[in-house]
Amino acid sequence: MASKNDTIGKTFTVIILLCLVCSIVVSGAAVGLKERQQANAALAKQGNILSAAGIDFSGPGAETVFANRVKIYSYNHESGEITSYDSLPAMETALTESSETSVQNGAGVRDMRAELPVFAIQGESEGDVESYVIDVRGAGLWGMMYGFVALSADGQTIQGLNFYDHSETPGLGGEIQNPRWAGRFEGKKAVDEDGNVAIRVVKGANADDNEVDALSGATITSNGVDNTFQFWLSEKAYGSFLTKLREEGAI
Amino acid sequence: MASAKEMKSVLFGPIFANNPIALQILGVCSALAVTSKLENTLVMCIALTFVTALSNLSISIIRNHIPSSVRIIVQMTIIASLVIVVDQLLQAYAYNIAQELSVFVGLIITNCIVMGRAEAFAMKEKPGMALLDGLGNGLGYSVVLLTVAFFRELFGSGSLFGIQIMPLVTEGGWYTPIGLLVLPPSAFFIIGGFIWVLRTFRPEQVEAKE
Repeated sequence: MASKNDTIGKTFTVIILLCLVCSIVVSGAAVGLKERQQANAALAKQGNILSAAGIDFSGPGAETVFANRVKIYSYNHESGEITSYDSLPAMETALTESSETSVQNGAGVRDMRAELPVFAIQGESEGDVESYVIDVRGAGLWGMMYGFVALSADGQTIQGLNFYDHSETPGLGGEIQNPRWAGRFEGKKAVDEDGNVAIRVVKGANADDNEVDALSGATITSNGVDNTFQFWLSEKAYGSFLTKLREEGAI
Repeated sequence: MASAKEMKSVLFGPIFANNPIALQILGVCSALAVTSKLENTLVMCIALTFVTALSNLSISIIRNHIPSSVRIIVQMTIIASLVIVVDQLLQAYAYNIAQELSVFVGLIITNCIVMGRAEAFAMKEKPGMALLDGLGNGLGYSVVLLTVAFFRELFGSGSLFGIQIMPLVTEGGWYTPIGLLVLPPSAFFIIGGFIWVLRTFRPEQVEAKE
């Protein structure tokens, strides 16, 4: 039995047939399930944006609430232009097509697009903008931390924070995801009157000084969160957008 | 066809008598990594059982045609394909859990239990028996992982399947969680304890003194 299997012809036949069958199975699964997977990813993103803004979507589901209350924009931080989109995929395509710049900064962000996503959250009944959600990221201890920050309509006050994807140590740095810690940012000033970043994450924070206490046992993670704010709220990223909100009002 | 008794021993043997983790110390890596929450652990166990069972079955079906010079590659190809299918299924139907399990689903490919059973059992036995052996080893793996996850989630986070059993101090309750249990190394201690208890009841599993 072994000898007849070990001829070169038989070996190649078996390998080729096996590869054929396996690739059909794998690609079948990938293609067949693609739609559901993309829907899941989009739904998760919508949920993350709504959670950052502190909106409860447990009843009707993230998709419905997002469609009713969220307007999608992108802000070009180089030209100051604001573009509106009908759907998340439309915005994401526009983002990937916009020019890419490499950046050097403390937050560990290596490259960014000229177009930055902005989500305008509207009030439940009428069209007034309640808050703006911006997309931030920064290096923690083990990897990049991805989050959404909700800011008041005048772009000055932080209304919510949601780090939805990170690889920090569970129980230590992973606590950035804990709503109790994220909740401490609520009501803090994001930027001051001159557009300087006001929010800080420090050890032994003084609540009156617009500071949030760092997580114990997670110095590098906390510094990472601080750097993330210092970068994304500054003129290098969303800073000019926030100035626009402060001076010209809601978009 | 094999006797009912033989089939039973192939299916249930790996749970306590010949447990892949406790006796053969295979597949410990994922036992450390995915056992901080029971829900994730359960999904991981189902995924691994699915892969071992089906890889054993398909390898056994073609066992008489596998050239011995490339048999490991053939086994890996089958296992890898099954793992990708499982990963795709999880991404589609259990998205949140798939996100948390992340790379560990993919790492089932390198799980020694799957490879070990394919090489040691499925290459020699009939498809039916190989399927049972795969299921049995998956169950043996699951028993250990679920035990570890039970202790880690209960004492590390005060909850079971995400339902708060003991309210945490940080949430205004009374229970101070044991921080160590949230971290992967704690699984070593629990697996050690599991092996100790198992060998107390089954002294034949204790290795002879050298």
